[in-house]
Amino acid sequence: MVTLLDGLSLGAIYALIALGYTMVYGIAKMLNFAHGDVIMVGAYAIFTVFSITGNPVIAFIVSIILCVVLGIVIEKLAYKPLRTASPLAVLITAIGVSNLLQGLAQLIFGTEPKSVIILNKLGSVEIADGIILNISTIVTLVLSAIIMIVLTLFIKKTKTGRAMLAVSEDKGAAQLMGVNVNKIIMITFAIGSALAAFASLFYLIKIPVSPSFGALPGIKAFAAAVIGGIGSIPGAMVGGILLGLVENICLSIDVIAPYTTSIEFGLLILILLVKPTGILGKKIREKV
Amino acid sequence: MAEYMLETKNLGISFGGLKAVQELNLKIKKKELYGLVGPNGAGKTTVFNIITGVYKPTTGTFLLDGEELKGKKEEVINHKGIARTFQNIRLFNNMSVIRNVMVGLHNQPEFRCDPFTSMFRLPKHFSSEKEMREKAKEILRIFNLEEERNNLACNLPYGKQRKLEIARALATNPKLLLLDEPAAGMNPSETQELMDTIRFVRDEFDMTILLIEHDMKLVSGICEEVTVLNFGQELAQGKTSDVLNNPEVIKAYLGD
Repeated sequence: MVTLLDGLSLGAIYALIALGYTMVYGIAKMLNFAHGDVIMVGAYAIFTVFSITGNPVIAFIVSIILCVVLGIVIEKLAYKPLRTASPLAVLITAIGVSNLLQGLAQLIFGTEPKSVIILNKLGSVEIADGIILNISTIVTLVLSAIIMIVLTLFIKKTKTGRAMLAVSEDKGAAQLMGVNVNKIIMITFAIGSALAAFASLFYLIKIPVSPSFGALPGIKAFAAAVIGGIGSIPGAMVGGILLGLVENICLSIDVIAPYTTSIEFGLLILILLVKPTGILGKKIREKV
Repeated sequence: MAEYMLETKNLGISFGGLKAVQELNLKIKKKELYGLVGPNGAGKTTVFNIITGVYKPTTGTFLLDGEELKGKKEEVINHKGIARTFQNIRLFNNMSVIRNVMVGLHNQPEFRCDPFTSMFRLPKHFSSEKEMREKAKEILRIFNLEEERNNLACNLPYGKQRKLEIARALATNPKLLLLDEPAAGMNPSETQELMDTIRFVRDEFDMTILLIEHDMKLVSGICEEVTVLNFGQELAQGKTSDVLNNPEVIKAYLGD
């Protein structure tokens, strides 16, 4: 029970990060490998502001704002000039940005992991006989669920969301129908980075922040996005939660715990073999 | 107010050494139904791509209602009042019919609603969404598509997809509507219905319409004036009946 709920909350974190990958992929048709490092920057922001002010709320708000600004700046400076370049050029740029951010973090904060205790302080509750649950797990779950519902409604029911769908279907046609594609891409990066800020807050509960803080959850969330079907928003949620559950279940069984990461990525390979477009990915129909 | 809705002055574009369009001078009056015809590869769609901003012209310029739009971006040109359909239908296939039209309404000033208002679902968001939905329904009604509004665009029959493209373009509230082979692939009765719809749109919205078409019955049936392009150059221009009987034009189409 606890394992499952912990798995769900870890999955929710992966899902939040995976959403950032999948939205950017769906709309800008690029893989933003610097996304994981935005999480790292968000975590350092929380750490720094929290140690200065001692106020977790301010720390978190600053972190969201910083992540959003960072996302927009990365898009404007690094990716926008390459909009017509080959996908490989964009990919390698993204990896470059990722290295740059990690290097800067090392320069400023050093390589030592620094832990922040915000949500952990909330303690734990006993929900039933012998089942003790951290409140932070519940907070993570509830907040992530709310965020995902709001995001889904935003995409489905609003003008901007509709424009995002239109851009992801046919950029040229959307532009000729009066949609400002650059603005939509910017909004996408902003939303993705804001989700990353939430993820960094939740992930900080689990491990202390270091320059490579975002690397592993980033790559796992990317795997989750691919498992769910990259470009699909519900897919990212499903993939993330699935991966989180698998990870926690594996970790709870002593015999297979050391192989957890291998099992996770094995799952990725297995799903891609059975369904190459991911669980909820769109079928690509070939026309003759 | 300018005399012409669309005026192109010495408009031309070359791709490397290939002069795809040269010295094109179109003068389209307000509320006119104007045809652009010519054999395959004559440069008709290229002209559309220039005046919607997809390509930048290498020579000359073009004016919409007296305002020069050369060098502007696609979405800006669309806001200024030029909307188009595509030769190969380019609907948002995995979105419902009504949402396709609502994307077209995206930039109408009366539906301005910033992402923040939407994100936090303030009252303004709901009122503006509701108005948009109503407006979209109204447009769909004109094209007899209201019943199908919740179907996915890709599930519509071909003729209706063509109509939906026109509806989506109209939703952007243009002054000038560009139709790229609207009757392509239609059967005679669908073509007849389309002709009626085009005329209706012109009369109902005081629309200026420029269309590319190969179906000469449609062109002679609804266009008041035509320009014939051949190898990127203007071959003939004038009243439809005169031009289509011009021996030069017949030669370009059928050979000697």
